Amino acid sequence: MLGKILKRLGTVVPSLIGVVIVTFLLTRVMPGDPAAYFAGPAATPEAIEEIRRSLGLDRPLLEQFLAYVVDLAQGDLGTSLTTGLPVMHEITTRLPASAELTLLGLIVSMAIALPLGVLAAVRQGSWIDHLSRVIATAGVSLPVFFTGLLLVYVFYFILGWAPAPMGRLDFFFSDPERVTGFFLIDSLLMGDLELFRAAFSQIWLPALTLGIFSLAPITRMTRASMLAVLASDFVRTARANGLPPGKVVITYAFRNALLPIITTLGMVFSFLLGANVLVEKVFAWPGIGSYAVEALIASDFAPVQGFVLAMAILYVLLNLLIDILYGVIDPRVRIEA
Amino acid sequence: MNVHTNHPPVPLLEVRGLTVEFATRRGTVRAVEQVDLDVAKGETLAIVGESGSGKSVTSYTVMRILDRAGRIAEGSMTFSGVDLVAASEKQVRALRGREMSMIFQNPRAALNPIRTVGRQIEDVLKEHALAGSADAKEKAIAALTEVRIARPEERYDAYPFELSGGMCQRIVIALALACRPQLLIADEPTTGLDVTTQKAVMDLVMELTRARGMSTLLITHDLGLAAAYCDRVMVMEKGRVVETALAGTIFKAPSHAYTRKLMRATPRGGVTLRDLLPEGSDLTPPEPRPAAATDGTPLLTVTSLVKEYPKKGVGLTLARLMGRGTDEDLTPFRAVDGISFAVGRGESLGLVGESGCGKSTTSMMVNRLTDRTSGSLVFDGIDIGAIPARQFARSPLRRRIQMVFQDPTDSLNPRFQVGRAIADPILRMGTPMNGAALKARVEELARLVGFPEHLLDRFPHQLSGGQKARVGIARAIALDPDLVILDEPTAALDVSVQAVVLNLLQDLKIKLGMSYIFVSHDLEVVRLLCDRVVVMRAGRIVEQGMTREVLSNPQDPYTRELLSSIPHPPV
Repeated sequence: MLGKILKRLGTVVPSLIGVVIVTFLLTRVMPGDPAAYFAGPAATPEAIEEIRRSLGLDRPLLEQFLAYVVDLAQGDLGTSLTTGLPVMHEITTRLPASAELTLLGLIVSMAIALPLGVLAAVRQGSWIDHLSRVIATAGVSLPVFFTGLLLVYVFYFILGWAPAPMGRLDFFFSDPERVTGFFLIDSLLMGDLELFRAAFSQIWLPALTLGIFSLAPITRMTRASMLAVLASDFVRTARANGLPPGKVVITYAFRNALLPIITTLGMVFSFLLGANVLVEKVFAWPGIGSYAVEALIASDFAPVQGFVLAMAILYVLLNLLIDILYGVIDPRVRIEA
Repeated sequence: MNVHTNHPPVPLLEVRGLTVEFATRRGTVRAVEQVDLDVAKGETLAIVGESGSGKSVTSYTVMRILDRAGRIAEGSMTFSGVDLVAASEKQVRALRGREMSMIFQNPRAALNPIRTVGRQIEDVLKEHALAGSADAKEKAIAALTEVRIARPEERYDAYPFELSGGMCQRIVIALALACRPQLLIADEPTTGLDVTTQKAVMDLVMELTRARGMSTLLITHDLGLAAAYCDRVMVMEKGRVVETALAGTIFKAPSHAYTRKLMRATPRGGVTLRDLLPEGSDLTPPEPRPAAATDGTPLLTVTSLVKEYPKKGVGLTLARLMGRGTDEDLTPFRAVDGISFAVGRGESLGLVGESGCGKSTTSMMVNRLTDRTSGSLVFDGIDIGAIPARQFARSPLRRRIQMVFQDPTDSLNPRFQVGRAIADPILRMGTPMNGAALKARVEELARLVGFPEHLLDRFPHQLSGGQKARVGIARAIALDPDLVILDEPTAALDVSVQAVVLNLLQDLKIKLGMSYIFVSHDLEVVRLLCDRVVVMRAGRIVEQGMTREVLSNPQDPYTRELLSSIPHPPV
């Protein structure tokens, strides 16, 4: 198994090289001149030229690329022009924030969507099927900033169950010791339940917002996949042999229906991770999406490059994880790998 | 009704006036109407009928596993004293698998693909409280042993995709018999299996059920199978029972017209193709096309044809590059192993053998869809084997070699109206013609194959299986080919439709002066249609010669085994 994973990781190398080249080139063809932006609106052309030289932007493209690759090999993603902080540092603090939020959102979503999708398929055409359709459609058709604001209004402003949407932790608390970068996990590792509760009270609203938004694809895929499997011959055999409905639905049908569901989960996760800028804005979440968008608006190369690269690596790892899960679920995949 | 005298008077299963309705988009459809049936203890009853006769619906209703659209409208079903219509789902579930169980067509699909077969057997045993966690494995292995699975301890951990079709059917049987039920319902248990495997599976089912005094309900389209293995036969047509009689008498004296029609249409020894058609059909032989002057050489000569497939895998590729690995790993798999045969002009050659024998690979090479590894394929004096398969579509010879595929549905583009499907080869390879001429030609082709002209603007899903088969044939003969390769063209059709299509093929061959290569696993069909026959096994030809001689006096033991495996109705 380990050998197969390593072999599979080997196939990732060419795509990563491609990602490095493409991100570099893309940021160079982006509209906007970072030197002009950095110099400010009042700068003279000479000053802009001076800055361009100091940033190395006047040198040939190949030279810039080589310098980029050498830095990259040393773990240096450059420095943000707007914040003045190293990009590596920003990404390593912001990526876990985004990942923690997205993962929790996905867990919330799965907890609702999987049972709902299974029930909708088992009782096709019943009220629960219609309910699942309504919930999924409503969740995906309401924009996240709207759902987010609505939740903040209800749970913070009216009910007061949630703290002010002000980032990952209240001012009174200091960040937990960094192990995984996930505050919920790190606080538990420290054994600080107070801190865990504080972190959780901040995260549950944005996570719920994301969860509601991603209900639709997961519910629909679960339902469709379950319907196909429930109509298959081996489910009929299981029923004809007198196996109880629970066993037929869970052990026989659901496990077989999992493959397309896992693919969808992977897609939803990677999509949400980069695209939940709006949720991050509403809840003042120090995530990676808002960081990248701000850098992009400022024509700030280094963070954008770093963001794309980080996302690409994450995506590759995610796909690897999905492949491994496939192998665990389906013995036929194991043989082909 | 005939009942063996040694049977107890109370039947195990008694069905009276059963009517099953299906809710469809076009209203309710009665799939089964007023069906009465009895299965006595230890008795074997066959339900025979063509597709749409309601035979499968009847059996699903008895098991109460109809899908949600189906509903028992009327009638009663009693199984050893239990009212199956009134029983709750929970009560029926306790019966299923334990008291009555079922085996299915397409055994590989009938097994959970991602659970080991041992676990699947354990699931059933545990559910019916016949095994606990401690002895489940032991009992599952015992169940595998009973269905004669070699090395059962090893197979216990196998997944269905690792086993052959016949082996999968044995597993399904093991599942069905694990709890020693009183009634076994076998729904087309051997359709799609090779004839020797069919015999092995049926013999096994009969032996096990007889040994346990079980009753069996065999659902089949094959009269021969029903007659060879069952005590009584019940014939169904369009949801109704038309006749029930002892297996021995039903063939000697079929009383219903439909039974007679079915019997006539079943290919068997001692008859001609014409005998398969219903009474009163037009039997005038077609006018043969005047034979073109030829030099008497065969149309196609195949010499020492070989097809090898390299074994796959990253590790093997590396080993090959570095010159390592065992010989067995590196020797490519020979699907076709040096075969030689010839097809004369106007002759039809049968290519028979069981799955995996290389007959399909051979037909693909002759049809130039696959490249040969070595050997020659001389078609009308030209070595077509030398033309790469990828370029053959552009060769002028392409239009002279055409093919009719096995599945009439899958081989038609679902988005083409059938008129367009028939015109397709003309548009791609034929002489350019204007719309009116093309239309006339398509209509002419439709008439030739007996396809109703007013249906030419329909889509494939709006046609019956027989009609789709005709479209496939019309498309193959659209360019007036010299050689048509027919790959099991009637395997998916009902016998009565098969009878008509086989006669059509025969007439077309005479009318248009074509040669056929007829790939089939069905020796009875080959006997009727083919002049000569080639019997293949494991990539080699074991026997070839005139059909009459080979099939009446087989020289090779394998041919004899094939012939003896065919179930025959008592004549």
